Amino acid sequence: MAVETRVMNCIMCPMGCELTVTIEDGAVTNVTGNTCPRGAIYAKNEVTAPKRMLTSTVAIEGGVLPLLPVVSADVLPKERILDCACYLRGIKVQAPVKTGDVIVENILGLGINIIASRDMELHAQ
Amino acid sequence: MNQLYDVIIVGGGPAGLSAAYSAWENGAKKIIVIERDRELGGILQQCIHNGFGLHHFKEELTGPGYAHKCIELVKDKPEIETLVDTMVLDVQNNKTVIAVNPEKGLMKLEGKTVILTMGCRERTRGAIRIPGERPAGVFTAGAAQRMVNMEGYLPGHKIVILGSGDIGLIMARRMSLEGCKVQACLEICPFSNGLTRNIVQCLNDYNIPLYLSHTIVAIHGEERVTGITVAKVDERMTPIPGTEFDIECDTVLLSVGLIPENELSRGLNLDMNPLTNGPVVDQHRETSLEGFFAAGNVVHVHDLVDFVSEEAEIAGKYAALKAQGKLSADNRSVKVSAVDGVRTCVPQKVTLPAEIPADEKIKLFMRVAAPHRKVKLVVKSGENVLLSRPLPVAKPSEMIAVEIPAAKFNQIGDEITVGLVL
Repeated sequence: MAVETRVMNCIMCPMGCELTVTIEDGAVTNVTGNTCPRGAIYAKNEVTAPKRMLTSTVAIEGGVLPLLPVVSADVLPKERILDCACYLRGIKVQAPVKTGDVIVENILGLGINIIASRDMELHAQ
Repeated sequence: MNQLYDVIIVGGGPAGLSAAYSAWENGAKKIIVIERDRELGGILQQCIHNGFGLHHFKEELTGPGYAHKCIELVKDKPEIETLVDTMVLDVQNNKTVIAVNPEKGLMKLEGKTVILTMGCRERTRGAIRIPGERPAGVFTAGAAQRMVNMEGYLPGHKIVILGSGDIGLIMARRMSLEGCKVQACLEICPFSNGLTRNIVQCLNDYNIPLYLSHTIVAIHGEERVTGITVAKVDERMTPIPGTEFDIECDTVLLSVGLIPENELSRGLNLDMNPLTNGPVVDQHRETSLEGFFAAGNVVHVHDLVDFVSEEAEIAGKYAALKAQGKLSADNRSVKVSAVDGVRTCVPQKVTLPAEIPADEKIKLFMRVAAPHRKVKLVVKSGENVLLSRPLPVAKPSEMIAVEIPAAKFNQIGDEITVGLVL
């Protein structure tokens, strides 16, 4: 049985706990060093299928600013982050928008929505 | 137009808004927040990445999301007035604040207390004296962040980032997501000054090389940046001859530190701390001038906005109590000194009334001078140890906070020291 230990930093929050991860035959069997349960989940994902949040902007018409900041409602597969960012560069929405409004539903078929991370009022004419 | 406010707050970022809400919660009846930008929320509005709010709001938020929560706390409260697009020109030591905006012109506001929450700004190329030509294409990382995230244009396409502070790291990822090529991130120190999570998710994820102990020795280009020359530095941060190499780029982003924005504080002749570049404050965040409080990045640069809010709530509370005459007079003051590997500690003094409130806790925020593993943080007065805490890891980039019951200050002298034991 192939046993490997890997040291990694958790990125779930700014604490950045240093995790020691035991991997047996490609599966995580033990995680130490985490100070909260999110660390163990992160380590398991990072070894098998790394995931990341995505934050970016989309163009907006009629708003007080030309850009609307957006965030993925949940983590996306790490290897698809650049594809998603590229897709968002082609999106344009209309003001007004409220925090939490869905801007792109089910981005690239990955099952995750992209939502507005701020209100954008109409620009007074 | 003269009005008497309980609390006048200079700056409408997370510190100012948190201070306003806390002042309101603690009974202040007339509060005003003055912001120079066109909207409230401060620099958070351009920090569109996530990771904010886990401590303070118990959920993970983006910068605009955190700002939104702070704005929600102060809006629709008749006791809290906010002014945007308004510049404070002068704060006088009788607590008169002179401000100006395009609609109302020059204003004179009078307060019982003033809270300074002006935040900080970035160090520039001039501040670190990079040699070479003076072409277009050199920006601070924060200026570039505003362009990319709020104004809708890119500062360039082939990027080098100088400095591995969090803003630099965040911008390395941001530019990559916008389709730019980030060639390298250079750091003059032998360690990064950013959070570890940002090294992982902003550099490693995008295969951006981080050169530690390296700096820019020349910027090339006539009209526009065409490239830079990099060299390794020795332990005194001096470039080592013979180690130079070139990197092609059209843009250099600088993430080389933040400076608390204290022009108004200096105008008031507040006692300043040369290491934090902010005013000296006590545990209530009151400065050396009675009735003037300060909180957030104007006092010392924080790494988490959550701690900015926490500190601003302290300032807001005690400014409100002071305005209502409910803050007991100081009886004596204890100096807080950073020693042995601790570079800065805020507050720099603890003021105590004759009778110390039983439930009051004194929270100390400090930064170490260099990275360490397995050290002990010790707070003591002479040989009397008030607190000892083991630290598995201590990094200059990550602020350390400890809490000491005020009652422990009953039997001690005029000074406590905060230091590391290796």
